[in-house]
Formats: sequence, structure tokens, C-alpha cells
Amino acid sequence: MSRSMPKGLPWPAQRGQAGTMLLRTSRLVKVYRADGVTVEAIRGVDIELAAGEFVAVMGPSGSGKSTLLHVLGGLEPATGGEIWLLGQRVDGLSTAGWAILRRRHVGFVFQFFNLLSNMTVADNVELPALLAGATPRQARKRREELLAELGIADKAGAAPARLSGGEQQRVALARALANEPSLLLADEPTGNLDSSNTRDVLRLLRRAHADGQAILMVTHDARVASLADRVINLFDGMVADDARIVPIRRRMNGVGDIVELRG
Amino acid sequence: MRQPLLALLAKEPAHGYELKLALEQTFGHAYASPNIGQIYVTLKRLEQDGLVRSEDVEQTTRPNKRVYELTATGREAVRAWVEEPSDGPRIRDEFFIKLILAPMAGLADRMELMNSQRRHYLGIMRNLIELQAETDPADTTARLLIEGAVLHLQADLDWLERCQEELV
Repeated sequence: MSRSMPKGLPWPAQRGQAGTMLLRTSRLVKVYRADGVTVEAIRGVDIELAAGEFVAVMGPSGSGKSTLLHVLGGLEPATGGEIWLLGQRVDGLSTAGWAILRRRHVGFVFQFFNLLSNMTVADNVELPALLAGATPRQARKRREELLAELGIADKAGAAPARLSGGEQQRVALARALANEPSLLLADEPTGNLDSSNTRDVLRLLRRAHADGQAILMVTHDARVASLADRVINLFDGMVADDARIVPIRRRMNGVGDIVELRG
Repeated sequence: MRQPLLALLAKEPAHGYELKLALEQTFGHAYASPNIGQIYVTLKRLEQDGLVRSEDVEQTTRPNKRVYELTATGREAVRAWVEEPSDGPRIRDEFFIKLILAPMAGLADRMELMNSQRRHYLGIMRNLIELQAETDPADTTARLLIEGAVLHLQADLDWLERCQEELV
């Protein structure tokens, strides 16, 4: 885990060209077996994600959403089918192979932040960049940019535990974006936030997406999902719907066009 | 439109255009600006129903204006309206009736109905989030209205998920 990237690789890594295929799965299957019980969590999923695209994954609990995300990020091995990332077939990679791929190309945000508690906020954000081959100066510069953009520049020296939930999630987001990853995987990133923190995280995700960040996000929160280019609905481990989000009306005079006051 | 006009007239007598302005100023960004013709038509009906009365007020440089005020019956009606609890927006749900009846008649597939309804809700949600981003944070009325609509939509989507779990 502590192995760093070979020296001399450019940092950050090149992202795929906007609109080109970034991620593709074919008949992806994930089966859990424990104590003679078999659970088919993912049952033949075909999805595609273009570079720069923002896709939300929704569906009832137990539909396989989080499992899908974990398998796509190499946190758990697939049982069957194929995963292609940046033109490379990756489902057969070793744990170490996945770790290297993730360092350069994949950022993760979880519901429960998962920050390293014995490191400062600044170190939490700089570490992934350093591991991916950035120089200390590059890593610090990127960290300073990100924390400033997220409005938490003054927390750089603090321990994560001293931060509010919303602030910790911003740090987690900064960490995930530190390498300008080709793909950001997010699992219920607003699941533990109140509405004003959710709004902030929403704004950050929108901005990252506008800057060309590809995002695949599992969420129950329709506010977050509605910002995506597409929403995939997962049901019983299969894709039940995969559709672009089309705003109902482009031009509005006010909420009055949507919210009808009665009386 | 009837009740808001009665409520505004309970404050003070006014003519049609003043009522339009008062609605716009009170609800601001959050309310689709009412059509002046619609206001005049409503006032006329309220007068026929005995809830308001009007008189022409002479103006020196302009045509006369018609000023409306509440009658005792009107005041009673607006008080009754205020005191009565309001139904939530989802007490009757048209979509649910479609969801149950249409597949029975072979008119639609249940999963497709839910998918298209979800897409529709998410499209509205997108509009609301954009509106929220454009809304002046100081406009409390508009902010709260949008937030209410967002919460209702989220509940509708959660409920759609429940229907999916139980009906498919």
C-alpha cells in the first residue's frame, strides 16, 4: 500500500478526451457467497460512462448500487463480466494493480468521509497526490487551491475529528479530486449532511463536473441526482432504467410555474 | 386566486392593479405573476357572490378607478379559509391511480410507468435546483417555497421506490 508511483510519470495523469468512452461494463456480475448462502448482488449490468459525464445511480436499498460502485472502483472483485476503464480491461487486475490505477485515475467519496484521523486535513488531501507522483510543491499547491475553493482553507492544520460533518465531507471531496482523477466514484456523498451542507457539496460537484470531471454517484438524494446528465435506476441487481434528465421547462418566471399556490 | 385576493382586501380596500402589485411584492420571485384580466374577472365573481363590493373613485387626470372592499360575508369567508387546515398536495395521487389501473387494462407496463414518472420528477427537480441557485438568498418567501417543493418531490421519489419494491 505504501508503494509510491514510479518517478517521472506526468502528474496529474491525462484525462480521457471529453465525450470519449471512459468506463464500460459488459454483463457485470457480483455474487457473494458466505456460509452456503449465495446472494446475487449484480446480475448482468451493462453501463457506459463517457469522459466528463455525470451519472447518478438510484434504486431501492438492496438493489446493488453500492456493490456496483465498489466493484467498479476495484474495492471488491467482480464475479463475472468485464470492466473497461480508459480503454483497458481492468476486471482481472490484482489488488496492487487496482491500487495503482486508483491512485492515478479514480477518486472515491463515501458517505462516512473515511478520512485518516491521525493526519491533518492538509495531509489527508496531499497524500493521494504525493502517492500518484506529484512533487511536494505540486501537492501543496493543489491542496491549497482545493481547500480554498471548498471554503475550508483555514482548516488545513486541523485534525479531521475537529471538523463538522459538512466540513469533513468537503475534505473528503478535496482528497478525491486531488489528482484530477479521470473518474470520481461517490457513494451517498450527502447521505449524512443537513440541507445547507448538502447544498454546498452540490455546488462543488456541479463545479467539478463543469470543469470536465466525470462522476458516477450512488444517491438517494433526488436533489443531487437531478444534477446528473443521466440517471441509472438499479433494481434487483439489474438496470431498470437509464435515461437522460430533461428539465421540464427551460424558461420559467419563477417557482410559481412549478409550485402552484392554492387558494 | 379568490382566497389570496380576499386576504389582501382584508388588510385594506384596493383596486385591481394594486392587488396584482401586492401579490408580486409579497411572493416575489416565488409566484407566477397573475394576469390582470384574471384578477378583474375574479373580483367581479366575488362581487356577484356578495363577498366584496366596489365603488368608482374619480380621478382628475385619469379614468375612474374601481376600488374593492370586503363585505361582512367576505370577511367571514376569508376567516373561515384561514382557520381551516389545508390539505397536503399528495392526498389524492393521480399517478397512483394510473399505476394500479393501467396495467390491469393492459394499457401500460408498471415498470415503464414508474420509470417515466421518475424521469419527470427528476426533470422538475433539476428546474427547482436551478431556480434555487438563481434565487436571492434574502428572498425568504421564495426560498421556503422552493425548499418545500424540493422536499415534496423527494418524498414522491422515495414513495415511487416503495411502489417499485412492492409492486414489481
